[in-house]
Amino acid sequence: MTMLFYLAGAVALISTISVTISTNVVHALVYLIISLLAVAVIFFVLGAPFAAMLEAIVYAGAIMVLFLFAMMMLNLGQATENEEKAWLRPQLWVGPGLLILALLVQLVSVLVTQRVDVVPVEVGVHELSVLLFGPWLLAVELASMLLLAGLIAAYHLAKR
Amino acid sequence: MPSIPYEHGLILAAILFVCGLIGVLTRRNIVFVLMSLEIMLNACGLAFVVGSARWGHADGQIMFLMILTLAAAEVAVGLGLIIQMYRRFHTVDISVLSEMKG
Repeated sequence: MTMLFYLAGAVALISTISVTISTNVVHALVYLIISLLAVAVIFFVLGAPFAAMLEAIVYAGAIMVLFLFAMMMLNLGQATENEEKAWLRPQLWVGPGLLILALLVQLVSVLVTQRVDVVPVEVGVHELSVLLFGPWLLAVELASMLLLAGLIAAYHLAKR
Repeated sequence: MPSIPYEHGLILAAILFVCGLIGVLTRRNIVFVLMSLEIMLNACGLAFVVGSARWGHADGQIMFLMILTLAAAEVAVGLGLIIQMYRRFHTVDISVLSEMKG
């Protein structure tokens, strides 16, 4: 299981970096799907099978397919890719990249000081749903209202 | 079940978040900006699930579900905005959206 965690973590890292440096939108989307599936494997290893399934179904399945549909509607061609290559000059990203890297180094150096080994305990659907429809019921209702607002806004914005 | 170091999960989440942040800051194509936002939200969800596994409690997973809902709503609205922008300006370059400058 530990090997699986590191393997999936490496896959997630490589594919996410590929998303960040890729110039073709559709290639980046496929890399992003791979990254999300790798994160789903990590969730499974960490004892969260329900979250892993939702990550695969909702994130990699629904949200990324929505992205693909929108990309097909936009029909971005070679011209956009060439533009993108011209925009990705090193002098544009070296400055912010170095600053963010400094922040990352600080964060990692704080995180490595606390060494705790987790033995994952599986939290299944039953316990999760008892919590969701018990103390977190208000959050579920608010999430449904958020989704309704998103639906209405997307319908209104994408209308001609 | 063999153990997994807690801090390695959090470090992975931090690195994924930083990848997304670099994408948001340096990209000019709005589609890539939206994708990088997705990466950042996903990294936050990973951090929540790692915390949930660390404390053996399901609350972190519930926060992940909330993040999932937020990401779905955000992508729907964001893609609607991108389509509307492409109709008006025929480009996905965010620097054309500078009508409000003085």
